[in-house]
Amino acid sequence: MTESIATSPQFDELPDAPPKRRLKLSWSGKLAVCVVSFWIVIAFIGPYISPYHEAEFLEEDLFRVAGSDEYPEVEFQGISKITLLGTDYLGRDTLSRIMWGARTTIGISLAATLLAYFVGVTLGIAAAAGGSRLDAMLSRVNDAFLSIPHIMLGLIVIAAVGSTIPILIIMSGLIYATSVFRIARSLGQEIFVSDYVEAARVRGEGLWWVITREVLPNVAMPLATDFGLRLVFVILFISSLSFLGLGVQPPMADWGSMVKENLSGLAYGALAPMAPAFAIASLTISINMIVDDISAHSGGKLAKRLI
Amino acid sequence: MMGQMILRRAGIGLATLWVVSVLVFAGTEILPGDVAEVMLGQEATPVALENLREKLGLNKPAPVRYLEWLQDMATADLGMSQAGGTSIDKLIGSRLYNTMLLSAIVAAIAVPVSLILGLLAAMFPGSRLDRIITSATLCLISVPEFFIATLLVLILAIQLNWLPAIAYITEFNSVWQLLRSLAMPILTLCIVIAAQIIRMTRATVLNVMSSPYIEMAILKGVPRKRIILRHALFNAIGPIVNVIALNLAYLVSGVVIVETIFAYPGLAKLMVDGVQTRDMPLVQTCAMIFCTTYVVLIFVADLAAMMSNPRLRHPK
Repeated sequence: MTESIATSPQFDELPDAPPKRRLKLSWSGKLAVCVVSFWIVIAFIGPYISPYHEAEFLEEDLFRVAGSDEYPEVEFQGISKITLLGTDYLGRDTLSRIMWGARTTIGISLAATLLAYFVGVTLGIAAAAGGSRLDAMLSRVNDAFLSIPHIMLGLIVIAAVGSTIPILIIMSGLIYATSVFRIARSLGQEIFVSDYVEAARVRGEGLWWVITREVLPNVAMPLATDFGLRLVFVILFISSLSFLGLGVQPPMADWGSMVKENLSGLAYGALAPMAPAFAIASLTISINMIVDDISAHSGGKLAKRLI
Repeated sequence: MMGQMILRRAGIGLATLWVVSVLVFAGTEILPGDVAEVMLGQEATPVALENLREKLGLNKPAPVRYLEWLQDMATADLGMSQAGGTSIDKLIGSRLYNTMLLSAIVAAIAVPVSLILGLLAAMFPGSRLDRIITSATLCLISVPEFFIATLLVLILAIQLNWLPAIAYITEFNSVWQLLRSLAMPILTLCIVIAAQIIRMTRATVLNVMSSPYIEMAILKGVPRKRIILRHALFNAIGPIVNVIALNLAYLVSGVVIVETIFAYPGLAKLMVDGVQTRDMPLVQTCAMIFCTTYVVLIFVADLAAMMSNPRLRHPK
């Protein structure tokens, strides 16, 4: 008798856990994942596989037609076997500079976004967990910084202390920490008033336990989606500064400054200004497409933040 | 109640401006050396430095100088540019006018066009038109402003040779000539701003469309067009005005890039040049002008939101 109960079909069909909802990417999302992975790989191995160094001026000899005595200009060379994407305004290989620049652009932006998350989430959760006075103080200061245009903050800071890579990272990190703070605070507040946190408090768990075991795991997923979005903003911000000549300084290759340097080559139809611009666009559009897919998957709630 | 809220909001705006002014002032203090050293350069003897500091009032403690500077700003006594030594209000005058001209034209074109496109997308959600508009604007908001500008120069100025690649502002005989020479910066900014407004308008109207009274209207059998134009649109006006004001505030950042790339003689270009030469008085003034505009526009955006939604007038 007991056996029949254990093997009754009723129980067999009951799943022991709700089925995991698997993220299904649209075709554009799949393409976007490929593009982003491609750039990440380039950022890691680019400098090792690039045909030339980022600051290497190509020799005129390379472009000389065999047997002729003419030495051609090395600036803004077109596509050839020697330089797959042509050369820039100083006769450096565009392809190599894009490969080196991937590391600079992605590296700086990623570092700045991570810093923004570290500062923003720490303070945001602190504001949500701490008393109303701490919350009011942090929020007021944050609101004030949030209502200054980011590019203005950037210009003021760079005018005052100049532009080096550590300064760029710290500055962009702190500027974007303001947005992260707002999101982390509001997500944190929602969770702090939930029943399960109250239950944990009642059974005597400390604040630290609640933050690490209840709050952080629950804010992780929405924050992870937002991370992609924030990364796009940081990439755009840093490339814009570089484009203004106030970001990454030469001779280092950076996609934003590469567009700026080679702007005069547009008239000759050179690839040097367009290639890095397309590199930025492909990366940022792809990240946004992935975020779009994920937010559509999670019920479209996050889609509002996209705009 | 309403008046109180407006005052409260204006107070927050003023507080923001105060933070900006402290930040801008602190910027000068971080610089190694002071204005006197920069002005004298090679000729800096200890005596000359001391005299100039006395003259400029640099001997006073920082809080005093901050208050004096704030007073100068408020009374539009902008002081001298460090590079060249010309007075800043002279430098700024025509530049400010140029930037305002550019922004006004952009707003006049971009706002109506993007409202129509945004509404169209919201009227037929999921349609082919909507999909095209949403994905095109998603791409446009994901790329840097200078990418759009570079692409436009490549296509319109170099390939097709229709427009000049640089914005020359000289004597104009007609409005047409003015528009033609400004076409590239205007077009670039319009695209950047329009993409944002379209997305926000669409989201706003769709948000209104999901409210219960619209559902009621649908169940009652009101035609779709009439629901949008008679029921949804009026309730969406407040949020849409909010969206427009917010995006005009975004113009502040867009203008920095666009003026630089097209060498447009505007205020933002002046500021970027000032940052490059580290001409602090100039940067301070420009930053204060831009931030004030931004804060005022955000204030207008908040007011519009409060007007349209009574619930925002009574904070919990």
